[in-house]
Amino acid sequence: MQDVEVVYQKPDAMTDVPFPYCPGCSHGTVHRLVAEVMDELDITERAIGVTSAGCSVRSWRQFDCDMVMALHGRGPAVATGIKRARPASVVFTYQGDGDMAAIGTGEIVHAASRCERITVIYVNNGVFGATGGQQAPTTLIGQPTTSYPAGRDPKESGYPLRMAEMLSVISAESYIARASVHDVAHILKTKKAIRKAFEIQIDGRGFGMVEILAACPTNWRLSPVRCMERIQSEMIPYYPLGEFSSRGKEGRS
Amino acid sequence: MTDAREITLMRGNEAIGEGAIRAGCQFFFGYPITPQNELFEYMAQYLPPAGGTFLQSESELAGINMVFGAAAAGARCMTSSSGPGFTLLSEGLSSLAAAQLPAVVVCVSRAGPGLGRITSSQADYRLCTRGGGHGDYQCLVLGPATAQELFELTHQAFDLADHYRNPVIILSDAILGQMMEPVATEAFARQGAPEKAWAVRGKGDQPRKVIKVAPHTDEELIAWNVTLKEKYDRMCEREQRHEALCMQDARVAVVAFGSSARIAMDAVQRARQEGVAVGLFRPISLYPYPGQALKDLVQAGVGRLLVVEANNGQMIEDVRLSVCDAAEIVHYGIGGGHIFSPDEIYREIARVARGA
Repeated sequence: MQDVEVVYQKPDAMTDVPFPYCPGCSHGTVHRLVAEVMDELDITERAIGVTSAGCSVRSWRQFDCDMVMALHGRGPAVATGIKRARPASVVFTYQGDGDMAAIGTGEIVHAASRCERITVIYVNNGVFGATGGQQAPTTLIGQPTTSYPAGRDPKESGYPLRMAEMLSVISAESYIARASVHDVAHILKTKKAIRKAFEIQIDGRGFGMVEILAACPTNWRLSPVRCMERIQSEMIPYYPLGEFSSRGKEGRS
Repeated sequence: MTDAREITLMRGNEAIGEGAIRAGCQFFFGYPITPQNELFEYMAQYLPPAGGTFLQSESELAGINMVFGAAAAGARCMTSSSGPGFTLLSEGLSSLAAAQLPAVVVCVSRAGPGLGRITSSQADYRLCTRGGGHGDYQCLVLGPATAQELFELTHQAFDLADHYRNPVIILSDAILGQMMEPVATEAFARQGAPEKAWAVRGKGDQPRKVIKVAPHTDEELIAWNVTLKEKYDRMCEREQRHEALCMQDARVAVVAFGSSARIAMDAVQRARQEGVAVGLFRPISLYPYPGQALKDLVQAGVGRLLVVEANNGQMIEDVRLSVCDAAEIVHYGIGGGHIFSPDEIYREIARVARGA
């Protein structure tokens, strides 16, 4: 056994509980990236995670740190209470688009506006996953869902919400980025963005949010590989990747 | 706290704030709404100098969820609202109760339904005592009737919340909130908040902690509900509070809480002077309802109960549940913000005493 070198293993910040997610779901990838960043920044012992409603409701079983469950969309308000009460802790929310971009818009906008020293991991797969694939505010034009089987019609239900762009105009005291986990190169970039979104909190500089474009093979009715292709060909053109510069933000000119 | 504030004239809303600060409240999260604003502003002014944090939230929904987060992290915390705002924060009451987190939540009630009016009312009795949020849960609900009691019961509410690990509601109203009365505070020095071993703080070198609003399995949820039920039963057994006045040989009792009890007391005293055998039964705990004491009164000979409340008839349900048909039960009250005069309650007492 002396010749065996460990080149890849479960991050310490993850528990041994198997993922509950569907085959091809991106949550596992994103969970792992968050846990790797927690290991690298050595913050697991002072981290407090906040879960959301939806597929990731059970993510409290995955992260090996203190966890608090929040109701639908309320994660950023719960995280605010935790961070104010435990300023030395590192607080993050893990939210999907059905949770954050629909019922939770009030809480996320105002947490960003207060520049709460929290980190928000926002997984955007464009549907309500856990409830069966209904249309989300982030569903693309023309995309069929169980609530609008003929596809999203902007005359009927408007246009997909770009949360990263929305939040980026609020304050200079923030790090806002959009990333994707559809291939290895982008997964590595996503990890860098997650790290920066934690660092801005740890350094006391402001609010961090990473929007991560993600796949939902079950509700998209596509194979995992086709899902990754769809992120590249359909989602990224509408949801451009990158860090949203603070240019034009109040307080920085 | 300066000496000058030891005995002072305070609005009821301010008395709640002072009671909270002296109880070691560390966080106040809330959203402006009339008629609770004096409490909100009192906390804004006096909580930070006492070492606490005041944060104006973007909504009552956010406010109660900030309370949830701070409570999960072990802090003593509070929010307050009225009518429409209390409906919104009721979502969070359910999750506080589910996660067994202590918090103090104040309802300074106003007239409804809908947006209603900011005039005083007791229309939120059912909202506070019957939940308002989803699922099987109960909050302890206290209904003070004076500024002194608002101060003292708020102070005690923090201990009760921690003892039961459960939200405690202070149900006040616009009359009590706005009225100024002397409040003696000297017996209640500011105390520190207790250390809570179950709170999240980052696991350090200990096993991690999880504050849950949902269990992992169906069986766990059933077991969880059994545990909560046992706690609510304990609360029912130990926390019934009431005051009975002028009950000597009474045949009739006015049953009223909060500001209605204050007004009714004038009417009861006048009726007594005129020889009517009437007393006042004032529930102080509204959940649990002091049903046993009321039942005892009826068994001791009180045959008629006049339930006076500033609403269309809400607490009367608890009176009926307490005494069933062992007494004649009559409601007097008008919803929508009508403020009783002692005279009109006196007339009702006289009518009920005559058996009309």
